[in-house]
Formats: sequence, structure tokens, C-alpha cells
Amino acid sequence: MSRARADEEEYWHSSKFRAFTFDDEDDELSQLKESKRAVNSLRDIVDDDDDDDLERVSWSGEPVGSISWSIKEAASSSTSSLDGQDSSIQKGSSSYAAFPKQVSSYSLSSLFKGKVPYFYMLCLSFSALSDTGVKNYAPELRRPKAEYKDYSSDWSPRDTVRRMQRGKVCSLERFRSLQDKLVLLDEAVVGHDGNVITAVLIFLKRTLRREILFRELEMRQVALSHLIHFLKETGEQKFLLDLLRRLCCFSLSLQLSQYREHLNIQDVEKRREFLKGCIGLPFSAEDTSHIQDHYTLLERQIIIEANDRHLESSGQSEIFRKYPRKASILNMPLVTTLFYSCFYHYTEAEGTFSSPSNLKKTFKIPDKQYVLTALAARAKLRAWDDVDALFTTKNWLGYTKKKAPIGFHRVVEILQRNSAPVQVLQEYVRLVEDVETRLNLATKYKCHDVVIETYRDLKDRIQLTAYKCKVERGSADEEKINSILNNMVTPTFS
Amino acid sequence: QAIVWDEYLTGPFGLIAQYSLLKEHEVEKMFTLKPGRLPQADVKNVIFFVRPRLELMDIITDNLLREDRGRSPQRDFHILFVPRRSLLCEQWLKEQGVLGSFIHREQYSLDLIPFDGDLLSMESESAFKECYLESDQTSLYHAAKGLMTLQALYGTIPQIFGKGECARHVANMMIRMKREFPGSQNSIFPVFDTLLLLDRNVDLLTPLATQLTYEGLIDEIYGIQNTYVKLPPEKFAPKKQGEGGKDLPTEPKKLQLNSAEELYAEIRDKNFNAVGSVLSKKAKIISAAFEERHHAKTVGEIKQFVSQLPHMQAARSSLANHTSIAELIKDITTSEDFFDNLTVEQEFMSGIDTDKVNNYIEDCIAQKHPLIKILRLVCLQSVCNSGLKQKVLDHYKREILQTYGYEHILTLNNLEKAGLLKPQTSGRNNYPTIRKTLRLWMDDVNEQNPNDISYVYSGYAPLSVRLAQLLARPGWRSIEEVLKMLPGPHFEERQQLPTGLQKKRQHGENRVTLVFFLGGVTYAEIAALRFLSQMEDGGTEYVIATTKLINGTSWIKSLMEKLEPAPF
Repeated sequence: MSRARADEEEYWHSSKFRAFTFDDEDDELSQLKESKRAVNSLRDIVDDDDDDDLERVSWSGEPVGSISWSIKEAASSSTSSLDGQDSSIQKGSSSYAAFPKQVSSYSLSSLFKGKVPYFYMLCLSFSALSDTGVKNYAPELRRPKAEYKDYSSDWSPRDTVRRMQRGKVCSLERFRSLQDKLVLLDEAVVGHDGNVITAVLIFLKRTLRREILFRELEMRQVALSHLIHFLKETGEQKFLLDLLRRLCCFSLSLQLSQYREHLNIQDVEKRREFLKGCIGLPFSAEDTSHIQDHYTLLERQIIIEANDRHLESSGQSEIFRKYPRKASILNMPLVTTLFYSCFYHYTEAEGTFSSPSNLKKTFKIPDKQYVLTALAARAKLRAWDDVDALFTTKNWLGYTKKKAPIGFHRVVEILQRNSAPVQVLQEYVRLVEDVETRLNLATKYKCHDVVIETYRDLKDRIQLTAYKCKVERGSADEEKINSILNNMVTPTFS
Repeated sequence: QAIVWDEYLTGPFGLIAQYSLLKEHEVEKMFTLKPGRLPQADVKNVIFFVRPRLELMDIITDNLLREDRGRSPQRDFHILFVPRRSLLCEQWLKEQGVLGSFIHREQYSLDLIPFDGDLLSMESESAFKECYLESDQTSLYHAAKGLMTLQALYGTIPQIFGKGECARHVANMMIRMKREFPGSQNSIFPVFDTLLLLDRNVDLLTPLATQLTYEGLIDEIYGIQNTYVKLPPEKFAPKKQGEGGKDLPTEPKKLQLNSAEELYAEIRDKNFNAVGSVLSKKAKIISAAFEERHHAKTVGEIKQFVSQLPHMQAARSSLANHTSIAELIKDITTSEDFFDNLTVEQEFMSGIDTDKVNNYIEDCIAQKHPLIKILRLVCLQSVCNSGLKQKVLDHYKREILQTYGYEHILTLNNLEKAGLLKPQTSGRNNYPTIRKTLRLWMDDVNEQNPNDISYVYSGYAPLSVRLAQLLARPGWRSIEEVLKMLPGPHFEERQQLPTGLQKKRQHGENRVTLVFFLGGVTYAEIAALRFLSQMEDGGTEYVIATTKLINGTSWIKSLMEKLEPAPF
């Protein structure tokens, strides 16, 4: 237990004072914090002085991370003693050596039998909690001496990036010329480590004029997308928009990222205004029309919502009394809005904003979609006459004809889902053109009349006889079957 | 000490360190990270284990700001980022004025987590999204580091093959890292002969199709999280006599699934249609074994029987569990909608009617089926047609936006950027050529006793695994033309081994290939690779590593724009 504790201590406390001094330099407030932290750290040293971790204290005995240390760091020359490091290297490597031995004692065959212990070794090595000295093991393999030149001040951009990849603290302030900064950025990009790229970008963002930064980023797409991501994450909308504007011909997705911003606006009026502003952005033609529609829809919803809320609360309208609204219509998709309008505003004239036909026209909703939605809404209200009217067309002679752009089997399904009575249902089952589908639906929903008539038309005695057991004994349906069977001429099979 | 966990991390950590182990290390309390005041606990140190995410930083800030300053003794705070420290997050904490509260800020490099005997995952959810939407290749950097670690433990891998842009990057980084640490040359006899790096974007098709292996279906329907699955409890009610099953459990049933369970190891990779017969065969064997007790006459025989009891009982409960799961799945796979969906998928994959608007998809939109399902199908159609005709694409887009909301234009744009949904630009459809050359569609598939990997999708052979298979035999040179049609470069690298470590292969000894899927892998692909490992004359065994275990749904979800505003 005590050993375990020691391990734990080492794990948590190692490199304790490796402070993050990345861009504190010229900020008074952060310096204050820094010093406060340094004081805290000092207190801690007093607390557990039995811990002699190498990385914690620098040569001069100053706790790393305090202000005095940062000053020393800046002032120290490139040569520094490596004495303190060698023991650490040995310490490190001895613990590395332990692993391969253990592993190689597994024979190949035992490794691939699908047994769990196979990777157990590996887990141990990843689980820093369970072993000493493993902490730094995983990513770093073995530490080259170069790494211990922690306090030299003339790393090349490449070394700097490499150090940062290992989570070391680096001052980037030394890179003063634009040339240096760009080399640094390019090195970071080559390293593929987003953490480092972002760090360098923060540095550049702080030290370069916007025009120059943007100009250079335009030629560095990877870095640019990191910066955009960073700005999005930190919510620096102004900077982001500035960037977008200046690189306006750059990419479609950037415009969309501005459009995305509307989701964060809770107030509908403001959201509407914002969307209006988005219409002018250089989207592709297709996207522009969608965004235009989005704006129009929200505009429409705001009008409908205000109107209907009034109607509902005043209690004047029967439909709202009978079916109180479950939620506001704001920000709902178009089809939902159409459903709503078919539900509450079906009979309104085309001139009003809330009428279904107006929506249909404004948004060029295809017939199919319109009929489906209207059907579902009217069926829900059990307004069967409206359903009937939806599919009735008159030709020029005044004859009426039933027609459905979606196929009558779909009509039947929707009606059935809204628990339409059999009388209504079978009227539409009868209209299903494909005989087999019609029979299936009729059987499924117990539209006996339709089944019987279909078998009669098919002259299928056998099926008809078989169906007799499905209808109620002594019912009108059974009688009907019997009478048909009696009148039917026995078919002759060849 | 107390640990405050980012809930997402508890899953992967559960695989490597049980609570008892942490307890041994004097972890007294564990909490999940949530806004508000930290729970009271009589501990000195509070350690946050978190992913480097800004929204999590906000929660931590909230925690810290509400901490009672006057309380004594004061608690010390530490923060551990998994898998990496992030300057962005630290900057954020600093802006909130709480960075100074942390005594330690460290990282815990958890690169590859073992999931099973032959499976490693980084569990990096957004790797694919980051690489292809945000051009952020940090996850590749981690993958390369993970591979370096793996080589430190299991020896330098002499041959590296790869296909795809990201694969190229990872290989480059590995070579670079090796060069920068000359000391990393180790003297371990290599376990792996070959490393195959595969980009997910080389094979966008496979994850979109519904997996039809047992494990794949469990994942498709219920979602396997860190080897655990949560199932509806109804089927798992204890059936004891007398109780009559009155009080059904309401908590979902949580089960761990891995190859340590004998029965699961046997059926996980089978086509679901072949699982039933195995289960009933097992049932017979077990009941026969229990019957044995009637034949046990001598004391010795009885003793032997009793000694087998624990094993038999374990087998019986395992059988009961899987029979229940199989029933649950069967309810779904026999449903009309599942069948219709599968039919459309299979039509697309075999190249039928991929160039026009599909009726079933239209119907699904009209009925407002879950958006992810729609997107999976539309993307599948797009991939199987090397992009959709502009008219068809516009039609789908309009229908989706009108039905599900215009804001999904962001998601559609992401899918387009990832290459999953796109207009056919070249005017040529390469998919039929690829399909024929790589034999991606097999008409005569044997689900019960498979002879080809296509059994995992009942007809479709996953492209990624076909590439692995062809690499082993006869080599990629034979499919040069098709490789050129797939995105990204293909390449081969060699890492020199000291002469003493070079393998002299015994006759009949299998080669071992590590296949690393960058951007995620599905259970069905894993099953297909395991099938190849087990082929008698295969000659190659596979170990699988990936950035994340995915299925079509979780994958598309990771690419969707999160539309709800953050909780803060």
C-alpha cells in the first residue's frame, strides 16, 4: 500500500511546476495570477518536501513556474548543465527495459488465440496508475538528450514545434520577424498536431496585423481551418466574420458557418433579422434559395404564431378550443408548418398567410407532399369529406374521378393510422389498382366487401370459399359470399 | 483523493482499471462531471479526468467558482486531460479566471485501448470529422504515436502498406518519429509482419450498409459502448416459478460482450441467420449435460458432475442471455421496414437503379423516419453511383430540408465535404468497375457456412477488407487500376530490421498483419477480418486497430451539425 502510494505521489506530482507560460507576457492581470500560482506552488513544496522529483526544481533551486524562473529562463544562455538529466534518463530507460522482457515471454501462438490477456500487458503499460516510471513512456519512447536543453533560447522553429508537441512550455516571443513566424507555422502544420498549430496561431493572431495574418493564411489552408475552428470554439464571432468577409470568395463552407450562427439566437425576431442578413452572402444558387426559404418561413411563422396565440387565448375559435396547440409553430420545419396550417387553417382563402394553399404556392411544395400532409391533417381531424375532396377531380364534362398522386395504397395506410372507420377505409382500398396489393390491404384491414368483390371479379371460387371462415357467421358478408358462390359458374380449368 | 470523471471517459477507463484498482490507489470518491457545486467529500485532492473540450471546461469553471472558499481544509484541484493537454482549453480556463486553481495540469496519454484479444481502439469519436471536415489531423498524430508505442512493445513492423491521404500522413509521421528518436530502435523480435493503414474515406460505402452479423446487428440496433450493451429489460425478466413475473425490471439490462464469453466468441461474427441454429444446438448440448446427473451412479461420477456444474451454469445463463438478445433482434429483422430498407441497400450495392430518385427513400421522408436513416440511404446511393445526378441530389436535398428543417443544410454540407453525398462531377460512374474487379457483390452467398467475407453483409463484401485480402494474396499490383480510382495514394514502406531480428519463417506459419482503420471500423469488417484469419489456407492472421468503433448511424451522427445550442 505504501508503495502504491508512493507511485501515486510520483504520478500526480511529477512535473508539478511546469507552468503554462505561453502568452502571459504582457498582461498584467495574468502576471498577477501567475505570481499567485507561484506562491501556491511554494506552499506546496513546504508541504511535501520528501518528494525529490527531478523535473520540479530547476538548477538554481527555483521552483519552475514562478516569475523569477521565467525571468531566468529568458536570461539564461544556451549552455546549461546536463548533469541532472543523466540520472533521469537512466531512470527512464531502466523502466522501459522491463517491458519488452515481459512481453517476449508470450509466445506468438498464445498471443493470437483471442485470449484477453494478450493485450493485458499493453493495458498495464497504458495504465499509468499501476506502474512506476511508465508515465512518460507511451508517447516518448526514449528521451534524447536534446530535450533537456530546456532553457536554451535558440531552438529552431522545428525544435520548438517538437518540444511543444511533447507538451513542453515554449516561449514563442523570440520569433520576431514575419519570416520566422511563418516558418514556425509551417513546421507546426507539418507536425499535424492540432494543439501546437492552434498555439502558434494564437501567437500569430496576437502579434500580426490582421491583413497580414489573413493574407498568409489564405495560402495555408490547413492552418486557416484550424484558426476558423478556434474562433468558432471560442466564440470570437467578430474576428471570424472579419476573416470571412475578407476571404469571401474563399469557400462556401465559411458562409455556412455564418449561417450556422442563427442557431445560437434565441429571440425569433433577432433570428429573423439575422437570416435576412445571410441571404446576401455569396452562397451557391441552390443554397441561396434554401436560405431565402428559411427566412420566408420564419417570417411567416412569426405572423401565424402571433395571430393564433391571440385566437387561442381569446377562446373565440372552436378549433383551438377543441384541439389546443401543443407547441408553438416557431422554428418548425416547412412540412410541419404545412401540417399545422392544414389542421387549423384549412378553409382559409389563398390570400391569407396561414392558408395551406398559400404555403404551397410560396414554397413550391410538390403535389405529392402537399396531398400527403393535407391528408394526414384532415384524417387526424376525422374530416372525411375533406379527405374525399382531396382526391376528387372533375373533368370538363362534369364527371368526377378519384385520383391520388401518391397511390391509393398510401392513402389507405395513412387513413388506417388515423383509425378511420372501415366504411371510409374500404372506399379507398377499392381504388388501389394493383389487385394483389388491394387484396392484401383489404384482408389486413378487414374490408370484407372489397375482398369478396375482388375474388368475385377474379372468379376465384376457392379463395372465396376459404375466405368464408374469416367473416362473422350469419353476417351480411357471409350471405354475400354464399350468394356469389351460388351464382358463379364453376370455372373450367384446362 | 476524489476523481471527477468526464462521463464519456468512464467507459474506456473501465476497460483498463476497475474501481477496486483505483481504490487501492486511495481514490475514495468518484463523481461524474456536471454543472453546479461539487459534492462534499472529505478529501484533499480533487482530480478532474476530462477530454479537452470547451463545453467541459465550462462545467469545470462552474464547479470551481461555486467551491466554498472558506472551507477548510481547502481542497486541491488537479486536471488531467485525456488524451492530450490542449492549449485551447487551458486558454479558456484562464479566461474564466480559474486556471490558477489547478495545481497540476497534466495529460494522460491513452492512445490505444484494448477492446478484445485482437482489437484496439483509440475511441476518438470525431477523428473522421476532424480529418475531413476540419482538416485537423491531430488524431492522426495520436494514431502515429500509438503505433510507435505498439512497436516499442511488439517490435518494429518491417512492412508498412497504406491507402489514402491520412494513411500517407500517418506513415510519414511514423518515419519521422523514428528518425527523431534514433534510440527507439529496439531489440524485440517483431510480432507483426505487416502494417496496413487504411483510410476510412477509401471505403465510404461499408459503414453505410446495415451490418448483418450478430454483433453488428446488436450494435446497429442497440449500440455497443465500450464492449457494453444496454438492452430493453422485458426479455430478461427472471422466470422463477411462483413469482409469475409480476414486477418486470425497468432498468435496461447491461451486458458485457467480448470473446471471454465462450458462446459469444463463437456466434459474434456469424451472420445473424446462422445464429439461431447454433443457439438451439447449444441448448441441446447443455440440457443433455444436465441430464447426465441421472446417469451418475457412483460417488466418483457424481463428484465429477458437481465439479462441472459452475461451468455448465455459466454456459446456461450465457445461452439464456443470447437467446433473449437473438429474439429481440429477430423481432426487428423480420419487420417489414427492416426488410424494405435492406432490399434498397442491396439494390444500390449491386448497382441497380442508383441513378434515379428512389421511391422507398421518398416514402421514408414523407413518413418522417429518423433523419439519420434517410441520410444513410441517400449517402449509400451516392457512393454506389460515384455521386448523384445533380437533379436527383437537388430533389433529395429539397425534400430533406423541407421535412426536417432548413438548418440541416449544414449537415448536408458536411456530408458533401466528406464525399459521402455529392454531385456526379466526372459524368462517369466508377463504382461498377470497382465492384466487379474487387468482387464486392456476390450473388451466391452462404450465410451458414461462409466461404467468402461477403457473408457479413449477406452479399456485399466490404471493400476495405477486400483490399486487405488482396494485399495478402496476390498483392496490390494486380489491382493497380482500381486502386487509382479510389481516393488518395497507395504506398509501401519498409523499416529496416537488424539482421538478428529478421524472421525466418517456418513452413506453414502464418503472417501477422495489423490493420489500422483511420476514421473508424465496423463490427462487420472486424468479423470479416477474423473470418480471413481463420481460413485454413489463408496464411495471414489479422489484428485490428482503429480510431473508433463505428456503425453507419454513429458515423453519420458524428458528421451532423449539432443543432441544439450548448447547455450553457
